[in-house]
Amino acid sequence: MAQILTAGTPAPDFTLHVTPDQLLTLGDLKGKPMILAFYPADWSPVCGDQVALYNEILPEFRKHGAELLGLSVDGVWCHAAFARDRRLHFPLLSDFEPKGAVARSYGAYREREGVCERALFVLDRNGVIFWSYCSPIAVNPGADGILDALERMEKQESKDDNAQRSGHAA
Amino acid sequence: MTTLNVPVTQRDHAKGPANAPVTLVEYGDYECPHCGLAHPIVKLIHQHFGQRLRFVFRHFPLGQAHPNAESAAQTAEFAGAHGKFWEMHDSLYGNQDRLGLPLYLALAGILELPELELRNALVEGTYVPKVRADFLSGVRSGVNGTPCFFINGVRHDGTYALEDLGAAIEQQLRVSVPI
Repeated sequence: MAQILTAGTPAPDFTLHVTPDQLLTLGDLKGKPMILAFYPADWSPVCGDQVALYNEILPEFRKHGAELLGLSVDGVWCHAAFARDRRLHFPLLSDFEPKGAVARSYGAYREREGVCERALFVLDRNGVIFWSYCSPIAVNPGADGILDALERMEKQESKDDNAQRSGHAA
Repeated sequence: MTTLNVPVTQRDHAKGPANAPVTLVEYGDYECPHCGLAHPIVKLIHQHFGQRLRFVFRHFPLGQAHPNAESAAQTAEFAGAHGKFWEMHDSLYGNQDRLGLPLYLALAGILELPELELRNALVEGTYVPKVRADFLSGVRSGVNGTPCFFINGVRHDGTYALEDLGAAIEQQLRVSVPI
């Protein structure tokens, strides 16, 4: 398994196609907690796969104000067809050209197979990695780790807020 | 190791003795074809282990992928409130390719449940909170697809084939019943 970037590292910025004619830049989304879910490929044959699962859990992520981005090396048209077929309500980004460059910058690329790892990153509002996890390629990691991280991050933020406020008062 | 973090309680639908050495929890979706395939296997497993096994079913409807999964889960809950959860559970899996209101009402008729009350419960969403609570307990326990099994609280990462699931339960029995 690759060595993925760990907590405390600023998330490498990227600009990728989100639809055939639209680009998305990670840096533009600062101010919100972000979840980056790298996965090997669209069209995995099981129902309730990782992408379908996150699609169902999306309202729970959004309760924390977080947005989810899916990333794989599949092309834009492939993503478009997959998203329509699975009725996905979050963007899929195409790490297609140069292939896997973004996944590589996160340490989440499998050279031998030429696909992304099943790697998860939760970023704080400033674009710094708060939590990351790389699952064995055959094991869908579920969403419990993401939700735990979002909760811990929220607690820490409110603690920091309070500390700042009492600092001003003093 | 991924573990069940919402313990089995009175709110759950359980079959078999509460003090059975092994508890098998399934998170399932009535419209999921894999859950449909797993259903007769779970029945065989239960027959085989008898009183040594308690089986618990929790809802994990993947509503975006399966448009009837949520209403089917609510129908099972409605039957459960009338003491007929398992009858409805089996009937829903037995008619998986016909899920929808006409089927629910027909099954309610056969099981002698008040059909009008069922229709109202579905319209008013009476059982939405229970189904949602099951779903969220699964999310927090690391359910990563359906069906997802937990054996004595630990996620079973093998397949739901009879041999695989049976062997995993056997192993738990050996652990929990010292010779």
